[in-house]
Amino acid sequence: MKRRDFLKAAGTGALVASSATTVSARENLPVPEDAVGMLYDATLCIGCRACVVKCKEINGAPPETVEGEEHWDMAQELSADTLTIIQAFNADTGPDIPNLADGTFSFSKRQCMHCVDPGCVTVCPVSAMQKHPTTGIVSHDPDVCIGCRYCVLACPYNVPKYEYDETFGQIQKCQLCNQPGVERIDNGQITGCTEVCPTGANIFGPRKELLAEAKRRAELKEGDTYTYPLQSIDSTYRYETQVKADYQQHIFGEKEGGGTQVLVVAGTPITNLGLPELPERSYAANSETVQHTIYGGMLAPAGLLAGLLYLARRNTKGDDKDE
Amino acid sequence: MSSHHEHQVLNRKIFTLPFIFLAALVLIAFYILAERMIFGLGAVTNLNDGYPWGIWIVYDVVIGTGFATGGWVLAMVVYIANKGKYHPLVRPALLASLFGYSLGAFSAFIDMGRYWNVYNMVLPGQININSVMLEVGLCVTAYTMILVLEFAPAVLERFKIPRLSQLLDKWLFVIIGIGVLLPTMHQSSIGSLLISAGHKVDPLWQSLSLQPFFALITAIAMGFSIVIFEASMVTVGFKRPSETHLLKGLGRLIIYLLGVYLLVRFGDLVLRGELGRAFAGDLRGNMFLLETLLFVIPLVILLSPGRRSSGAQLLIAAVSLLLAGALYRANAFMIGWHPGGGYIYFPSAKEVLLSLGFVAIEIAGYLAIVKFLPVLPKADHA
Ligand code: SF4
Ligand code: SF4
Ligand code: SF4
Repeated sequence: MKRRDFLKAAGTGALVASSATTVSARENLPVPEDAVGMLYDATLCIGCRACVVKCKEINGAPPETVEGEEHWDMAQELSADTLTIIQAFNADTGPDIPNLADGTFSFSKRQCMHCVDPGCVTVCPVSAMQKHPTTGIVSHDPDVCIGCRYCVLACPYNVPKYEYDETFGQIQKCQLCNQPGVERIDNGQITGCTEVCPTGANIFGPRKELLAEAKRRAELKEGDTYTYPLQSIDSTYRYETQVKADYQQHIFGEKEGGGTQVLVVAGTPITNLGLPELPERSYAANSETVQHTIYGGMLAPAGLLAGLLYLARRNTKGDDKDE
Repeated sequence: MSSHHEHQVLNRKIFTLPFIFLAALVLIAFYILAERMIFGLGAVTNLNDGYPWGIWIVYDVVIGTGFATGGWVLAMVVYIANKGKYHPLVRPALLASLFGYSLGAFSAFIDMGRYWNVYNMVLPGQININSVMLEVGLCVTAYTMILVLEFAPAVLERFKIPRLSQLLDKWLFVIIGIGVLLPTMHQSSIGSLLISAGHKVDPLWQSLSLQPFFALITAIAMGFSIVIFEASMVTVGFKRPSETHLLKGLGRLIIYLLGVYLLVRFGDLVLRGELGRAFAGDLRGNMFLLETLLFVIPLVILLSPGRRSSGAQLLIAAVSLLLAGALYRANAFMIGWHPGGGYIYFPSAKEVLLSLGFVAIEIAGYLAIVKFLPVLPKADHA
C-alpha cells in the first residue's frame, strides 16, 4: 500500500469510526402490544402463601426446610426452589416478623417482574433469556444457557437463581407459568399464583388493564368501598369491601427501569417492600447504548484495524526502527 | 521480526525447589477442580444468590487478564509506535500474557454453571450481539489464539522449522494488528460488563458510559507495570543484567496514562456528585481512598527523572500500580457490589487455593519455558 493510499484508507476509517460514535442512544423498549402481567395489591394480601405453594407445585420445586423436619415451607427469600415469595416488611426496618403493635407492616410478593426492557435478556450471551414479542413474557431456556450468571448480575430485582448445589445446576426463575410443559397462558389459563389467591391481592391480566386498575385504586381512600376482582382483571368473581388503607400514588412498575409487567400497589411506601428505587431509563438501554456506540456495525473496530495493519506492516517489514 | 540473535535459552536446572513447591499447589488446585466438576459449584465456592461472581471471575478473569496485558502494550509500543528498542522485552511479555489469558479463559469455563452448552456462544442463531459478555468471551478466546501465534516464533526457532517461520513472518503484521485490536476491545468491555448492573454497583465505581474508558486506560497502565515487574524479577531472580535503561521509558508513558485517568476519574465523581462517599469512613469509602493512594504513589515516584532511573523505585511504582489496577477491579466487581437482601460473600479456602494453583501454573510454566525456549533477551544484548 502506498502512503497516499493509506492516508485515504485511514481517512475513510476515521470517518466511519467517528460516524459510528454518533449513533443515537438506544431508548427504552416499548411495552409489547399484548403484554400480560399481574397486579399485586399489598393492602389485600393476608400472607397466606397459597401462591407460594401453588407456584412450587407447578414448578416441581420442593419446600425449603431449616432443620430438615418442618412440615411446612420455611422459605425466606427467592431461591432456585422458591420462584415467588411472600415477605413481611416493617415500614421502616425492612424484612422482619410483622410487628402488629406498630400497625405499620405490609406483605410483599416477589417474583420475576417481567420487565418491559429486561436486563437479563440484554446481557445473556446465548439468548437463553428471551422476551416474547407479543406477550412480553420473559422466558428462560436451560438447553442453551451456559450458566455464566450474568443475568443474575444484571437483574435489578435479583430474580434469576442458579442451582449451586447441583452438579449440573440450572437457572430458575418465574416464567409467568408459560414455560414448556406448563403453557398456562398459551392455553388461555391464568397464572397459578393468581388462580389460588383468596383475596384478589394478586390478579392476572393485560398490563394495560392492570395499569388502569392500579390507577383507579390509587385514587381510593381508607374506608371507601370498592369492588375487587378475584384471580383476573376480567373475572366474574368480584367482592365488595372497605379499602383498608390510603393507597400510595406510586404504582411500582409503571416506569421503574423502563417499566415492568408485574405491577405493585400498596398502602406503605413501596420501596420499603424489598423493591429497589430505579431510574426510568432501563439499565439495558444504558448498556446497549455504550456497546453499540463502540461496536455499531463493527465500523470503529474495522477502522482501527486498518490503521493498525498499516503501521504494523510498515514497522515489521524493512528494519527502519527509529530508535 | 528478525530476532534470531536477540533471544537465548536459559541454561539452568528446571526442577528447582520453588518449582516443586509450585507443582504441589497445582496438584491441590486440580483436586479442587475435580470436586467442582463432580459436586457442583456450591460444593467448593461461597457463591450465592446475591453474589453470582466470586474470585474465579473477578480475580482470575477480570484482574488476571489485566495482569496479562504486557504482550499487548509492548506490541503497541514496538510495532505500532515503532519503538524498536523495546523489542527484547516483547517475547517474555508474550509468554506471560499467554499464560494469563489461557488461564483466565479456563477459569471462566470452569465457573460456568452449564459449561457443556458453551458452544452456543459461536452459533450465529444463538448469539446475542447486545451482550457485553459475548464480546468479552469471543474476543478473549480469539486473542488467546493470537497470542499462541505471536509466541510461535520462539518454538519454531528452537526446533528449527524455517519454512513455517517464514510463513509466519510474512503474515506477522496481520497477527500483530489483530493482536493490538482485540485486547483494546475486550479490556474496555470488561468495564462495560458492569453498566447493566446499575445500582448494584456502588456509585463510586458505577461510572456508566465511562466504564470502558477506565477499564481500558488502567489495563494499559497495568500492562506497562507488569513488563517492568517481570523484567525486574528476571534480573534479580536469574541474576542477569538489568534492563532499567529500557524500563524508565515505559515509566514515562505511565505518567501520562495516570494523569489522564485520575483527572477523568475525579472529574466524573465530582460531576455525578458522588465524591463525598469517598470520605464516608465506611469500608467502601476507605477502599476507594486506598485504591486512589495506590494510583498516586507511582505517579509521584515516576514524576522525578532521578527516581525513574532507579531500578528499585521503578519496581515499587510498578507494583503499586498493579495493586491499584487490581483493587480498582476488585472494588468495582466485588467490594462495591451491593445486591441488597443481606447477601455477603467472602471467598472460600477452596476458591482461594484453586486461584493460587493457577498462579502457580503461570509462574512454574514461565520458569520452565524460559529454560527450554529462546524467550529471554541475550545477556550481552541487554
Ligand atoms: S425481573 Fe429480572 S429476571 Fe425478571 S425480566 Fe426483569 S431482569 Fe429479567
Ligand atoms: S446464566 Fe444462562 S441465562 Fe443467565 S446470562 Fe448466562 S447464559 Fe444467559
Ligand atoms: S406466575 Fe407462575 S411461576 Fe410465576 S410466581 Fe406465579 S405461579 Fe410462580
